[in-house]
Amino acid sequence: MDDKHSESGKGWGALHRRLLEGKSALFAIGTTVVISIGGLVEIVPLFNASSSLTWERGTWVTPYTPLEVAGRDIYIREGCMVCHSQMIRPMRAEMLRYGEWSRAAEYQYDRPFLLGSRRTGPDLQREGGARPDAWHYEHMKDPRSMSPGSIMPTYPWLLRAKIDPADVTASVVALARVGTPYAATDEAAVTAALEEQGAQIVANLSSTGVTAAWDDEIVALTAYLQRLGKDGKTHLAAQQGGGR
Amino acid sequence: MEQTAPGPVAAAAAGVEPDYDMDIVKMFFTATVVWGLVGMLVGVIIALQLAWWPANLDLPWTTFGRLRPLHTNAVVFAFGGNVVFTGIYHSTQRLLKTRMFSDVLSRIHFWGWQAVIVLAAVTLPLGMTQSKEYAELIWPIDVLITLVWVVFAVNFFGTLAIRRVKHLYVALWFYMSFVIVIAVLHIVNSLAIPATLFRSYPIYAGLTDALVQWWYGHNAVGFFLTTPFLGLMYYYLPRAAGRPVYSYRLSIIHFWALVFLYIWAGPHHLLFSALPDWVQTLGMVFSIMLLAPSWGGMLNGLLTLKGSWDRVRTDPILKFMVVAVSFYGMSTFEGPMMSIRSVNGLAHFTNWVIGHVHSGALGWVGMISFGMLYWMVPNIWKRELAHPTWATHHFWLATIGIVLYTVSMWAAGLMEGLQWRALNDAGQLANPFFVDITGRLSPFLWLRLLGGTMFLVGTIMMAVNFWQTIRGPEAKVVAATPVAAD
Repeated sequence: MDDKHSESGKGWGALHRRLLEGKSALFAIGTTVVISIGGLVEIVPLFNASSSLTWERGTWVTPYTPLEVAGRDIYIREGCMVCHSQMIRPMRAEMLRYGEWSRAAEYQYDRPFLLGSRRTGPDLQREGGARPDAWHYEHMKDPRSMSPGSIMPTYPWLLRAKIDPADVTASVVALARVGTPYAATDEAAVTAALEEQGAQIVANLSSTGVTAAWDDEIVALTAYLQRLGKDGKTHLAAQQGGGR
Repeated sequence: MEQTAPGPVAAAAAGVEPDYDMDIVKMFFTATVVWGLVGMLVGVIIALQLAWWPANLDLPWTTFGRLRPLHTNAVVFAFGGNVVFTGIYHSTQRLLKTRMFSDVLSRIHFWGWQAVIVLAAVTLPLGMTQSKEYAELIWPIDVLITLVWVVFAVNFFGTLAIRRVKHLYVALWFYMSFVIVIAVLHIVNSLAIPATLFRSYPIYAGLTDALVQWWYGHNAVGFFLTTPFLGLMYYYLPRAAGRPVYSYRLSIIHFWALVFLYIWAGPHHLLFSALPDWVQTLGMVFSIMLLAPSWGGMLNGLLTLKGSWDRVRTDPILKFMVVAVSFYGMSTFEGPMMSIRSVNGLAHFTNWVIGHVHSGALGWVGMISFGMLYWMVPNIWKRELAHPTWATHHFWLATIGIVLYTVSMWAAGLMEGLQWRALNDAGQLANPFFVDITGRLSPFLWLRLLGGTMFLVGTIMMAVNFWQTIRGPEAKVVAATPVAAD
């Protein structure tokens, strides 16, 4: 109400009205240009960097095995990332609680990324190797048996449901197509890899009296959880020459 | 000249309405109320699950990890989406003095969008998800969203092309940015290679994927929950108040500065990650700058009421709108503050973020929507509200509910943030067991549940009120905008 804004006016308000408000196509193009700048400046250099400066590449990180891929898909299906982060920040308390801060290269095979945005439960970036396989088995069955006071839901169906090698093969093939280096992506090779890694976890479980099969979902999820952050842990420990 | 062309006075004076498509407005209106109830109910359920874990029911389909995305998708895209479409289809026709470009496209848009929502409600509890926040839906649904959006865009820009007024009112600028930016964000963030019908893997990996996602995620807040709602504010607040927008020039600055700055702010979701420092710093700096246009918009809204403040005391519609704009100001102050690196170090990963989101979602999006809906029902159905006092009760339930919600989440967030990092004299963690800290959050989680429940009860009262207004036999015809009749 304080402005007099006709096209014939002299102020910049009138200019805006004359140049843009009567021309919807021009207005739309202008908007598109203005909203594109930020994204282009921030995101595009990362693509260049990832090929030439290798800022998020490290030869010390290996792709997820087929069983870990299956486990990661279960992790995503159950929405674990809704409550658990995978990002340790370079702060003293975080490193005391969770371990070495997360390096860019550690995520290089993460499709999708699973950094998370909320810690209803603890960070899982360095969960791999922190606890025995049987702990995860019991924890999924009843979280409070392993962690009294936990508010995590129970996941008893993971102990009964099976992974499907054909389905896992489809995942491995798709991941290979976007650039994950897998030596073999045929179903026979994938199934063999699943069985081999699964058998190891089944053996670990049976040593504590738990019976499971290589194609149980809980075995795949355990494989993924036991893998988390391990490459980084090994590499960073070696880099620091056995501690400071 | 015709600066008040879209304004309340001129429109009311014109008297005769062109042949607007009001059915589509009523359809989106109904969907808004229905999905609003569903989305908020799921919110209350998952709030209960966090306070009392047995509410997860030991079933795959009802665990928090699957229902939380259902809640966010339902309130953002089902409630928020439909409320925006309701307002856009209603106000665009009036602002342009023409019927929508195509009734067929309008209906394809409506039914397509509802199909997306139903598919989301089925697939998310089944665990079919891409995991990216607010972009969880599996790739076939992403394709459907794209098609529906193209239909909407053609219909919207087609209507602009056949308009009978020369100039585009500021609300339309904001709608336009909504149509354009959501298309760009959705397509770029959803690029993926399908493995099966239900699963796909993004073409981006690791931190690049994270940056693309938070460029999307932050601007979903910016261009799905902010700019279209600012458009609604610029149309419905002046209409409800019976006064033109306070400053035309301020609205120009507001628009261009907001859409330019917003897009840069995404990396503030990744502070302290291994993302290059310069990206994190840009995200932080632009987030802080965003305060200026945000408050410019807030002031433009509040000052529009200059001279009608006495009516805020009695008119529930203005009450909703004033509180909405105030919460917009509050959360757009809080957001930049939380983007400051050191503050973010404390706030990130905590309940504080949940509180911040809800002060924006319940306080701004929810309240401006309620204000618009309460204004709309008597205007579209030409009837008086069945229970006028209920609107005021709803207002107080919602306002007190939001305060309980945000205050309890601030307290919970600060507490857990401080206790996670607390060290004892020996330099060791003062609270080595994470779960101990979790346990101390319990009273705040119950308080949040209470606040959320109050908000839901208010929405139920609104739905009943609308139902009885529209369907009730007692409905009687009123002359014109009842709120403006002062």
